[in-house]
Amino acid sequence: MIRLLDEFRCHFAMLRKHTIGLTRIFHTDHLRRSGSQMDTALISKSSSGSMDSYSRRQTSSLALPHQPSRPPRHDQYEISGLTSFYLVVLGGCSSFVIPELCSNYITCILITLAINAILCVSLNLINGYMGEFSVGHAAFMAIGAYGSAIITVKILPLIPFSLSSFLTFPLMVVAGGLLAALVGIPLALLSFKTRGDYLAIITLAFLMIVKSALENISYVGGPRGFLGIPPLTTLPWVYFWAVVTFWIMRHFIHSKWGRSIIAIREDEIAAEAMGVSTRSAKMMTFVISSFFAGIAGGLFAHQIQFINPSSFDILRSTNILVMVYLGGVASLSGSLVGAGVFTILYQILQPLGVWRMVTMPLLLVLLMIFRPRGIMGYQEWSCFKLKE
Amino acid sequence: MDYIIQQVINAIQLGSIYGLIALGYSLVYGVLSMMNFAHGDLFMLGAFFCLLLEKIIPLPLWLALLLTMLVIGCLGALLERLAYRPIRHAPKVSAIITSLGCGLILENITLAMSPYPRHMPTLFQNSIFHFHGITISSLQIIVIGISLLLMILLDVMIRCTTLGMVIRALAWNRLMVSLLGIPANRIISFTFALGAALGAAAGLLYALTYPVVSSSMGIAIGWKAFIAAVIGGIGNMRGALLGAFILGSTEVMSITMLPSTYRDLIAYSLLLIILIFKPYGILGEPPTQKI
Repeated sequence: MIRLLDEFRCHFAMLRKHTIGLTRIFHTDHLRRSGSQMDTALISKSSSGSMDSYSRRQTSSLALPHQPSRPPRHDQYEISGLTSFYLVVLGGCSSFVIPELCSNYITCILITLAINAILCVSLNLINGYMGEFSVGHAAFMAIGAYGSAIITVKILPLIPFSLSSFLTFPLMVVAGGLLAALVGIPLALLSFKTRGDYLAIITLAFLMIVKSALENISYVGGPRGFLGIPPLTTLPWVYFWAVVTFWIMRHFIHSKWGRSIIAIREDEIAAEAMGVSTRSAKMMTFVISSFFAGIAGGLFAHQIQFINPSSFDILRSTNILVMVYLGGVASLSGSLVGAGVFTILYQILQPLGVWRMVTMPLLLVLLMIFRPRGIMGYQEWSCFKLKE
Repeated sequence: MDYIIQQVINAIQLGSIYGLIALGYSLVYGVLSMMNFAHGDLFMLGAFFCLLLEKIIPLPLWLALLLTMLVIGCLGALLERLAYRPIRHAPKVSAIITSLGCGLILENITLAMSPYPRHMPTLFQNSIFHFHGITISSLQIIVIGISLLLMILLDVMIRCTTLGMVIRALAWNRLMVSLLGIPANRIISFTFALGAALGAAAGLLYALTYPVVSSSMGIAIGWKAFIAAVIGGIGNMRGALLGAFILGSTEVMSITMLPSTYRDLIAYSLLLIILIFKPYGILGEPPTQKI
């Protein structure tokens, strides 16, 4: 099996002589497949140029010890498409096996990790790739959680015939995600008018509005919370959703939309002048991001079986932000790394009690001062890139 | 009619406390054009410091006020030195995240040290006056008086002194000010201290009016004041006060008409509605974007 893997790896490495450098993503050949040729080629020029200047600006002012233009990594690290497919299948198998072999604690941590990874990658789309700043991601999660919980607890029992949860659970989660996406649309509309600080304020206000609205709706329990959600979230399900999320995200950021939002990050006015339809790109991004946050919320609700408005407060948003900026902005692999490191760190710091809540923001501040790009900022493992 | 006047007085009282905090947000935004989300927590620390002070030695109100403003002002300057100065030239997002993180650090440290809400002792004998059916307590007069005094002092300082001129110049063009040989860093630290001191004063006044001090005050009240600053147009002093009084009266109105749990919902909805129609606040000007 390992030999087979190795063979495949060598084979694909031979095929792809390209390195994993950051600017590869913006290569024009790569772009030809999507959208109108001239537009995208122009975007690619402008964005790759200013991308470098962006990282340079960050490093020079902060005097980071190492430069972003490190020598490109070589083919030995590359994972080919087929290998990553095997890895995904292997992970899928182990997600069935792990709950049997390991303790509940480990399974629980792995489920949390996967949910965190979904949240992190969906926020990374707005904060990392689009360069906007959203603080209100916990609100989408809350909407997804409440939406799917309402369907499970209140609506499903009304249906006369019984359905197996294997069929209904994904539908409920998707319904929660769709609800969150629907709520994401007005926020996207607001983001057309404002940028930067003011958008951050709007998302913050949005989070507060959702939270206090939930506190005032007695149908979902008000401030007491929503009880009696069945524990449907299992490791294989979460794994499935995480894989789906990462797969869709990978394709999204390499699509026309993804390139558009990267161009928006670099310079919105220039992007608009080059013919990028910034509005539809922003709308698409907000909708997709909030959809996956809603999915994570639905999974979360069915994992811990109890949700209340105060579990979706600003601290949760901050935790997602920590994951994004720890793992690395504008990087799918970074989101995975960030979620992993964060979840494990959160467990290790358990003995600190309340002081643990101090360490996470502290980590965020230190990250901002010393390494604002995060561990994998603007870099990508090859398995998260599309084949050229 | 009496009822309305009574509510107006309540609105002015709440609005003046919001106004003091909002001034701190606006001062910092004017100078550095960054949102100092930790400001609400400095307000909370002001209340806590005063509580601690009164537990150790009972001081008269004016002395407690001065001491609180001094200490929290120093803390604000320290925060600027440690957390915000290293990232001053980084992209704006870093500044927002850092201030958010600093706020949460301060809040959670307070929570870890004092997990339960505490009762604030009264600092003076509260007497109640009646005029034709309107009730005013001496506390209300003192709160409104002190905040108005501080606001006028700040306005005079910004408008008429050299220091105020430098702060205004910093808001205009930071590079030019440093080229003219003015120690910009020191002035920025001072502005932070000034904002923090105003927030701390508001914290003390708030704790006197509603005598429960808890670590969640920073988010509950401080961020309301932030809304006020944004409604008025952040960076604009008069706008901050205008926003504070608008928010104060809206809140008082919503409390008198609806269950008080709708308070947050209405305050944040007001913010959203105003930002939809005036994306940079009532008195704010859109930033010029260089191409």
